[in-house]
Amino acid sequence: MKKADILSHLPYTKPFLFVDELDEIDENGVKGSYTFDPELDFYKGHFKDHPVTPGVILTETMAQIGLVCLGIYLSGNAEGGMPGHVMLTSTAIDFMKPVFPGEKVTVTAQKVYFRFKKLNCTVQMTNAAGEVVCKGTIAGMVTNKMNG
Amino acid sequence: MDREKLIAKLKEIVAPYTHDKEALAKINQTTDFINDLKINSANLVDVILDVEEEFDIEIDNLEMAKMLNVNETVTIIESKLKALDRE
Repeated sequence: MKKADILSHLPYTKPFLFVDELDEIDENGVKGSYTFDPELDFYKGHFKDHPVTPGVILTETMAQIGLVCLGIYLSGNAEGGMPGHVMLTSTAIDFMKPVFPGEKVTVTAQKVYFRFKKLNCTVQMTNAAGEVVCKGTIAGMVTNKMNG
Repeated sequence: MDREKLIAKLKEIVAPYTHDKEALAKINQTTDFINDLKINSANLVDVILDVEEEFDIEIDNLEMAKMLNVNETVTIIESKLKALDRE
């Protein structure tokens, strides 16, 4: 599958699409980026007068680029395969640095295994300065249906 | 390896993914991974991968689909070990 095909197959849209571009993707991993729109609604409340990107949104961004894009690619490239949906099943993430509105982040993911429809990846997010923002492990099940 | 030893090894493998510790303590041939131990489908895959590593065997998709309880799982492990002459 081509990068543009993967992006068009993503089931998200604004304000919950956290992928701008895919730089690299192959059987073993993926690299992509996203710039946080300062107008995103959650910045109004997280935190009062001090907008910082919530950890769950950083996790979601890593999942969309690292797990979902790779899952679509791997299932679409499998023999007789159709690009599937990816249901998040577990995360273990450590957070190192804050991400502020307007920042561009890059996510890289490496496949640990993709077996019996379960995709397990190590993921890492870096900011424009190349500093590691957060990293960890994310896993999901690749399915044909949207919710299981 | 006899069945009791196999079940004891399987008990260690499923322990980290089990959400019902009482059911785990009482594990036996009839124990169902999903209904009794409350293991979710994603962790079921981890159980299979850990079984492969522990016994140095390879499980295919058809076998994996059957491995939903202790009895079926142990039966498949036994037949694999037998085929490899490592009873």
